[in-house]
Amino acid sequence: MVKNGKKGGYPADNFFKGLTFLCALLIVVIMTTLFIQLFYQSVPTIRKFGLEFFWSKKWDPVNLEFGALSSIYGTIVTSVIAMLIAVPLSFVIALFLVEIAGPKVKAIVSQALDLLAAIPSIIYGMWGLFIFAPFMQDHVQSFLMKYLGFLPFFKGIPMGIGMLTSGLILALMILPFISAVMRDIFQMVPPVVKESAYGVGSTTWEVSYHVTMKYGLQGVLGAVFLGLGRAIGETMAITFVIGNGYTVSASLFDPANTIASTLASQFSEAVSQPIFKSTLMELGLVLFIVTFGIQVAAQWWLNRIRLSSGGGL
Amino acid sequence: MKKRPVLFRRLTDRIVKIISVLAALVGIFFLLWILLEVLFRGASSFNFQFFTEISLDGENGGVANAIVGTFVITLTAVFIGVPAGLLGGIFLSEYGRNSRIGNLIRFASNVMMGMPSIIIGLFVYSVIVYNTGSFSGFSGAVALAIIMLPVILRTTEDMLSLVPNSLREAALALGTPRWKVTLHILFKAARTGLITGILLATARVSGETAPLLFTSLNSFYWPAEPWWHFWSFFTSPTANLTVTINDYAMSPYKGLNSMAWGASLLITACVLVLNVFARYHFREKTK
Amino acid sequence: MKMKAKTIIAGISSAICLALSGTLHAGTLNGAGATFPAPLYQQWISEYTKISGGVKINYQAVGSGAGLAQIRAKTVDFGASDEPLKKEELDKDGMIQFPMTMGAIVPVVNLPDIKPGELKLTGPVLAKIFMGQITVWNDPEVSKINEGLKLPDMKITVVHRADGSGTTWNFTNYLSKVSEDWSKKFGCAKEIAWIEGTVGGQKNAGVAAMVKRIKGAIGYVESAYAFESKMTYTQMQNKDGKFVQPDNDSFQAAAENADWKNAPGFYMVLTDQAGEKSWPIMASTYILIYKSQPDKEKIDSLLKYYTWCYDSGANLAKKLNYVPMPKNVVDLVKEAWQKNLTK
Repeated sequence: MVKNGKKGGYPADNFFKGLTFLCALLIVVIMTTLFIQLFYQSVPTIRKFGLEFFWSKKWDPVNLEFGALSSIYGTIVTSVIAMLIAVPLSFVIALFLVEIAGPKVKAIVSQALDLLAAIPSIIYGMWGLFIFAPFMQDHVQSFLMKYLGFLPFFKGIPMGIGMLTSGLILALMILPFISAVMRDIFQMVPPVVKESAYGVGSTTWEVSYHVTMKYGLQGVLGAVFLGLGRAIGETMAITFVIGNGYTVSASLFDPANTIASTLASQFSEAVSQPIFKSTLMELGLVLFIVTFGIQVAAQWWLNRIRLSSGGGL
Repeated sequence: MKKRPVLFRRLTDRIVKIISVLAALVGIFFLLWILLEVLFRGASSFNFQFFTEISLDGENGGVANAIVGTFVITLTAVFIGVPAGLLGGIFLSEYGRNSRIGNLIRFASNVMMGMPSIIIGLFVYSVIVYNTGSFSGFSGAVALAIIMLPVILRTTEDMLSLVPNSLREAALALGTPRWKVTLHILFKAARTGLITGILLATARVSGETAPLLFTSLNSFYWPAEPWWHFWSFFTSPTANLTVTINDYAMSPYKGLNSMAWGASLLITACVLVLNVFARYHFREKTK
Repeated sequence: MKMKAKTIIAGISSAICLALSGTLHAGTLNGAGATFPAPLYQQWISEYTKISGGVKINYQAVGSGAGLAQIRAKTVDFGASDEPLKKEELDKDGMIQFPMTMGAIVPVVNLPDIKPGELKLTGPVLAKIFMGQITVWNDPEVSKINEGLKLPDMKITVVHRADGSGTTWNFTNYLSKVSEDWSKKFGCAKEIAWIEGTVGGQKNAGVAAMVKRIKGAIGYVESAYAFESKMTYTQMQNKDGKFVQPDNDSFQAAAENADWKNAPGFYMVLTDQAGEKSWPIMASTYILIYKSQPDKEKIDSLLKYYTWCYDSGANLAKKLNYVPMPKNVVDLVKEAWQKNLTK
C-alpha cells in the first residue's frame, strides 16, 4: 500500500489538480464571456444614444428610439418598496427566531421561511396576478387612496397591478433570504455578552438593540445587499403584475416596467432588429454591472467586518 | 423615580415581542395563502389524463410531455453542472484556499449566483440557439447548468472545508494519491452535505422559467417520439412545465387555464417536497 | 463465440438503422408567431395530427413580432404574423407570405352593468379613447352614440399589447384610417409608443386577462378571445355608417370585397372595408416561409398540412368565428407555392 514517493508528484494527481482547476476556472470564463457578449452586443445602442439613453423615457419601436429610464425607474421603485418592507420585517422575524421562539416554534417558522424561498417565481406571478392583485385592487388600494390619496404615491387608478403590488410581492420573495442572514448574524453574537447584559437587568429588546444589533449591524448590511441583488433581477413574478407601461410615474398604482420584465416581454421579437436587440442587451448589461457592483460592495463590507471583529467585547 | 423607566422599558419590550410574533405570523400567513390557493386551483385538474397524456387541442389531455420534458431538461442540467461544480469546488477547497486565483473564482461564483436568470437565458440564446438555428431542450439545460454551477461550487467548497484536516493527513500519510483522498475519503465524509446541496440546487432550477423562455421554448409533443429519437432534444423545442404555465396562465380557454394551475401545483409540490426532504435528510444524517 | 458476436453486431446495426430511419421522417415542424390565429391553429393541428401519419406540427404563439424575428433568424421552420409584409421586404429576406385565414379584432370593455354587444363605438371615438382624449366612460361623445344606455362616471383604462403584435398592427391601421390625428401621432405598427397611464398585456390572452381584471378598462382582442371568455364586446360603426355586431355575418361581409388577385405578395389590409354589414376591423393572418427549401421532405409535409387546412379546415374556422380563405384565393396561394418555392 505504501507507494514510493515520486518527484513531481503522481501524474494522476497533477492531472486531477489540473482538471479541478479548469472546472473551477469555468465559472470565471462564463462570467467574463457573459460580460463580453452583453457589452459587444450593446455597442450599436451605446453608439446611437450614448449617455442620453439613461434618462430618456422614450420607448418607440416604430422609430427605434429607446430610453432606459422607465425600466430603470421601475426596477428602483419596486426594489425600494420591497426593501422598505422586507428589511424591518426580517429584522423582527430574526429577533423572534433567536431571542423569543422556543425550539419547536423556531423550527416551524424557519421551515416556513425556507418554503417561502423555494416557491418558484412563476408561482408568485400566478398568485400575484390572479389572487393578490384583485385583493389589492378591491381592498388595499382603495383604502390607501381614501386616506393617503393626497400623497402623489397613491393618486392613480386602483388597478391591482402596478409598482406597489409588484413591490409587495418582491418583499415576500426576498424576506426569507434577508431574515435567514440576519438570524445567522444574531446567532453569532457570543452568548456571554448577551448573558452579561441580561445579568444587569436588560429586557430582551434592549439586549437586541444595544448588543446584538451593534454586533451584527455591519453584517445586516450584507443581508441588505443580498436582498437587493435578488430584488432587481426578479423576472417572472414581476412580469405578470407590473403592467408593462413604459412610463415614469409617481403613483405607485400605475403600470411600469423593470429591466427584467422589459427583457422578458420584448426579447423574442427584438432579435431580428439590430438596434432593438442591442437596446435590450444594454439593459442586460446594466443589470450585470449592478449585480457585479453589489457583489463588490458586499465583499468590501465583509472584509471590513472581518477586520473589525476582534472577537469578544 | 426609577419606576417610570422600568415600566417604559417593560412596555417597549412587550410591544416589540408582540410585533415580532406578528411578523413571523405574517410570513406563515402568506405562505399558507399561496400554497392553499395553488392547491385548490390546481388539484381540480389532476386526473389520470393530466399525468399521462399530451394535449393538442387544449381541452382534452394533459401535460405529460411537459412533465417528461422538465425531468429530462433538469436531469441534463444536473449531469452538466454537478460534475463541473464538484470538481471546481474540490479545487477551491483543496488547492485554492488562500490563493488569489481561488479568491477570484469565489468572487465570480458569488456574482453568477446573484445574476438574474433571464440574463443567463439571453446569453445561452445568443450563444447556442442563434448559432445552431433552433430552440432546443439542450440549450435550456445548459442555461440551468450555468445557474447551478456556482451554487454547487460553493457548496462543495464549504462542505469539504468542514472535513477536518486530520483525515486528509492520515490518508496522505498512508501514501494515498491526492485524487483518491478527495474522491473516496473526503467525499464520503462530506457526502450528506454535498447531496443536500445538489438536491437543493436541483429543486431550484427545476422551477425556473425565465432561462427556458428563449432556449427550450415549449412544445405540444413528447420530447422524443419514439423515445429513442433522443436527438430532438438537441434540435427541437422541448415541452416543460414552467413555460407551459407561462403560456397557458392567461388563456381564456378553461382547459388550458386549469392545466396551468395543475402544472403550477405539480411543480410547486415537487420543488417543496425536494426541499423539505433535502433539509430533513441533512438534519437526520448529521445528528 | 463467433455466433454470439455476429448476433450482437446484427442487433446493434439494426437498432442503429431503426434509429436512423427516424431521421428520414420530417419529425416535428416548428412554427412560431401570432396569437391572433392561435386558437384556430391549435384546433387544426389537433385534428390534422390524427390523420397526418406521424407528422407533428409544433406551433408556439409568441406574437407576430417574435414570429417574424424567429423566422428571420431561421430558428423555426415557419413564421406566422398578422402584419402583411410588402413584397420588397419579402424579396429582400427571400421569403414568401400567404394568408391562412381571416379574423376579426373586437374591442372589449370591463363595464359590469353593460351587456355584451350593447355598447356602441365609432372609429373616431375609439381612436380618441386610445389617444387619451376621452378619459371617462360618460364622456358626451360616448353618450351621444349610446342613447338610452347608462354609462358610469368611471375612468377609462386603456389596455394594449406589451409585445410586438400583428393584432396591434391591424388595430392601429384601422385607427389611422379613421382618425387623422392618430395617423399623425402614432401611425400603424406592431408596437407603438402608447401614451402614459396605459396597461400592457402579453399576447391576446394577456390583454383579455387585464381587461377582465381592471374595471373601466378597454382593450382590443381577436374575436375568439372575446367570445371564449364571455367578455363584454362592443358594436362598431363601419365605413357605411351602420353599427354592426361582431359575428360571422359581419366578418364574412368584410372579407368578401377583398381583391386578392391584385395583391402583390398577398399584401392585403382588411380594415375599414365598405359594405353595410361589414365589420370594420378585420385582418388576415399569414404564414411566412423561405423561398429556398433544400429539405424536400420538410416542405412537402408543411405544404400538405396547409393544403389540408385550406381544404378541410373551413368548418373549424367558421366555428371559431374566423373566416376561411375562399377557394379562388387558395388557388392563387397554391400557384404562388409552385412559382416561388425552389427545392
